[in-house]
Amino acid sequence: MENIDPVISLIMIFILACIIGYYVIWGVTSALHSPLMAVTNAISSVIIVGALIAAGPEDLNFSSIMGFLAIVLASVNIFGGFVVSHRMLSMFKKKEKKNK
Amino acid sequence: MTENLTAISYLISAIFFILALKGLSHPESARNGNIMGIIGMIIAIVTTLFNPNVLSYELIVLGILIGGAIGTYIAIRIDMTALPQLVAAFHSLVGLAAVFVATSAFYSPDSYGIVNQEGMIFPSSLVEMSIGVAIGAITFTGSIIAFLKLQGLVSGAPTTFFGQHLLNLAIFISLVVLTAIFTMESSKDVFWIIVGLSLALGVLLIIPIGGADMPVVVSMLNSYSGWAAAGIGFTLSNHLLIIVGSLVGASGAILSYIMCKGMNRSFVSVILGGFGVEEGTSVDKNEGKTVKTGSPEDAAFIMSNASSVIIVPGYGMAVAQAQHALREMCDILKKNGVTIKYAIHPVAGRMPGHMNVLLAEANVPYDEVFELEEINSEFSNTDAAFVIGANDITNPAAKTDKASPIYGMPILDVENSGTVLFVKRSMASGYAGVDNELFFKDNTMMLFSDAKKMVEDIIKSLD
Repeated sequence: MENIDPVISLIMIFILACIIGYYVIWGVTSALHSPLMAVTNAISSVIIVGALIAAGPEDLNFSSIMGFLAIVLASVNIFGGFVVSHRMLSMFKKKEKKNK
Repeated sequence: MTENLTAISYLISAIFFILALKGLSHPESARNGNIMGIIGMIIAIVTTLFNPNVLSYELIVLGILIGGAIGTYIAIRIDMTALPQLVAAFHSLVGLAAVFVATSAFYSPDSYGIVNQEGMIFPSSLVEMSIGVAIGAITFTGSIIAFLKLQGLVSGAPTTFFGQHLLNLAIFISLVVLTAIFTMESSKDVFWIIVGLSLALGVLLIIPIGGADMPVVVSMLNSYSGWAAAGIGFTLSNHLLIIVGSLVGASGAILSYIMCKGMNRSFVSVILGGFGVEEGTSVDKNEGKTVKTGSPEDAAFIMSNASSVIIVPGYGMAVAQAQHALREMCDILKKNGVTIKYAIHPVAGRMPGHMNVLLAEANVPYDEVFELEEINSEFSNTDAAFVIGANDITNPAAKTDKASPIYGMPILDVENSGTVLFVKRSMASGYAGVDNELFFKDNTMMLFSDAKKMVEDIIKSLD
């Protein structure tokens, strides 16, 4: 097992994650497809972890400026995505008892 | 933090993200799901801050504060009607962020540990970098075009020109060739040519797609933003990015599939574009036939004497902001003993689930809202169907007329109900540019007005 190319194990992770995604997403009720898009949008901004490493060095260079810009963009998405999906989800209410 | 500990933290973070998506299977569990997502994100960020290459925190904190403030402000202020534009704009940011991260990985690869002993970037990382940056750039410009179309800043009509598909194909082949060259030479020029061509391809891919197909486009770009994140994950050998990217990619792909099925269109035909004309270009096949028009008083009379009414909302309701008035009308009807249900077509609105959010915003309980499969058989036992701002999704031509562009599309069978009340501004056809024969049926009553004004007038007559 030690001789496996690291790329192969990345592909294994990729394919297994796709399969998990497939089953989990089919379980999402269609009424919540809009919040789903907002949430997936927020979590795809986990790309910020790459940006953090880029902006991490002590000295300022081209890469760290790129990293900084990516942090700003990803943060807009993370905060925006989670807040807007929270707003949406807090609107979904069940029928009140007295209406029945 | 050791690499093993980092990997385990990333795994925990990934599990939280999966639970966040799992939570969305029901409105009750969804709010907790959102919190799971936030926890997952915090774990991911904090773990990365312990990375040995992260030495200064000024830029990071500043970036998060600026971005977080902008994002929160927009998310709090945004109108729910404008949700599709917002999501498109957010997708473009993910795409651009992917381009930036790939760029910084290319210019200082040693921070990410993707170099060999001679200081050269691994060839496999270069391939992945090229793919990641290309998908990111396509997502960026494609989402901007989608945003402009949804916001109405550019025409929703498809823009097509001679040789469009050939041009796209040529760009795609060039990208493949350039990726091969880039892998061998690791050249900065080639990197930027790949970025430039991908930006152009993003524009070219979305301009031919018309307004009616926007739900598919928004879902598709959702998927792309996920694949872009996964591509960057491959470049940086970051497991978390790969897992999350695949989840998001799968999510967008499934939503695109559901939307295509809702319109009976193949994904390929949507991508090739050219479908959907501007609202207002009507096909005069039904010329000479007469329609029965009604007043708000007539509509109020019919509905208050009905025992059950099904409401069919469409994008027109969102445009007119009629959802609050609509709920008020339904409350009055419910007090009079009328059973009210809402029927949602999968492609109603401009993004998946858009109508559900608008109705929820107007305090319509979600257990009164039904999907097409759940409710379609009930129309025949219903006294009145109230169609507000929808058109193509009720058109029986989808079942009967093989020549119709919407043939085969699943529709809501409103024609089977006792009376069909159609709220519409004019006789213009819908986005698909097809006439609706339902307008001329004996049991149809047309209510020509702005959706909101009509509903308000009906409320006045009900009082």
